[in-house]
Amino acid sequence: MRHLMNPLDFSVEELDRLFDLANDIENNMPKYAHACAGKKLATCFYEPSTRTRLSFEAAMLNLGGSVLGFSDANSSSAAKGESVSDTIRIISCYADICAMRHPKEGAPMVAAEKSGIPVINAGDGGHQHPTQTLTDLLTIRTLRGHLDHLTIGLCGDLKFGRTVHSLINALSRYEGMRFIFISPDELRIPDYITEMLKEKDIPYEEVISLEEKMPELDILYMTRVQKERFFNEEDYIRLKDFYILDKKKMRWAPADMLVLHPLPRVNEISVDVDDDPRAVYFKQAQYGVYVRMALILTLLNIQV
Amino acid sequence: MLNVGKIEEGFVLDHIQAGMAMSIYHHLQLDKLDCTVAIIKNARSNKMEKKDILKVECDIDMLDLDVLGFIDHNITVNVIKNGEIVEKKKLHLPKQIRNVIYCKNPRCITSIEQELPHVFVLADPRKEIYRCKYCEEKFDRRNL
Repeated sequence: MRHLMNPLDFSVEELDRLFDLANDIENNMPKYAHACAGKKLATCFYEPSTRTRLSFEAAMLNLGGSVLGFSDANSSSAAKGESVSDTIRIISCYADICAMRHPKEGAPMVAAEKSGIPVINAGDGGHQHPTQTLTDLLTIRTLRGHLDHLTIGLCGDLKFGRTVHSLINALSRYEGMRFIFISPDELRIPDYITEMLKEKDIPYEEVISLEEKMPELDILYMTRVQKERFFNEEDYIRLKDFYILDKKKMRWAPADMLVLHPLPRVNEISVDVDDDPRAVYFKQAQYGVYVRMALILTLLNIQV
Repeated sequence: MLNVGKIEEGFVLDHIQAGMAMSIYHHLQLDKLDCTVAIIKNARSNKMEKKDILKVECDIDMLDLDVLGFIDHNITVNVIKNGEIVEKKKLHLPKQIRNVIYCKNPRCITSIEQELPHVFVLADPRKEIYRCKYCEEKFDRRNL
């Protein structure tokens, strides 16, 4: 039985197969409409996340399966003090596959160790968010045609932004990658990521100015400064609007650069960018459903 | 010169960095064993100038080499049987350690679920970096 804890759990070849399946789903939705008939997905969300949870639920419903679960810790037995290990043992009796989000890092791995069904990490604190990474990779691969030889700018909260950490880990396996980390000093990329890049001899730069590096980018990955990751509200208020991508700044961008964002956005991308054909963050959300459908089929070992 | 007698069966941990013997005594949980233990501190050493030595009279299987390798893989482990050294064990940095160090990341699941073991995995043998199995919090063994 396989779980998904980290985007690196799948080899590059396995990811290629997953993305091929996702693209086939995109082009042949009716073919997959009953693929998971009789199967149930449990969405165990210990912290609120409408977007990811609904994306998982839409994926399972598109496959003809059913969904059950909870959307915050207060409406689960965690409020009574039940451990993650005990909860997953129970969920294993009710469902065929589980997507778990938890504010504590490593919680889905604890669940996977005790689970009788495949567990998908749907985000654990500031640590990993592998299905967002799969979404990002599928979006880039589909819209750019390849995942190698790209210059990727990541902008905003690079310290606590788990989507960023997961994406860098995943992209570092492809040839010819170059990373530009754009953040204020307080939200710099963690050392363990830059150490990993140094060891793999992957070029990267750390800069503060977004405009300066825009002309060099193939992909600009914007992130939100997340209030829930700060212990101190003053720091959050000071940093939340550090970067705002608007129509004026987009003039610096190459004609084929793509702007991605894991969503939800707050102020970091102005709405006047939405109609720019390079802004693909809403398409990205759609790819999120396709890739989760492909993932559910793969982990349940269902061939269509 | 202080003389400590030979042991019949057990192990002698030699070339312990001076001052570290008590720390190793606790990490190996020797205080919980009902056997003879000699702690020799600041013994003269040609190689190290000063060193600590631990002599423990017990079954050799009771020694957790992983813990010892984690604390200091330069320690020499002499296995004693019938009063003689029968084996010198080489220590390595263990691939994984359990409940020896504790994850200090307040966001880690181990911070709220008390029954979980604290497992650290060797991530970089050259730099002696371990990471929490669950949250990947870094632990530099050289800062032990």
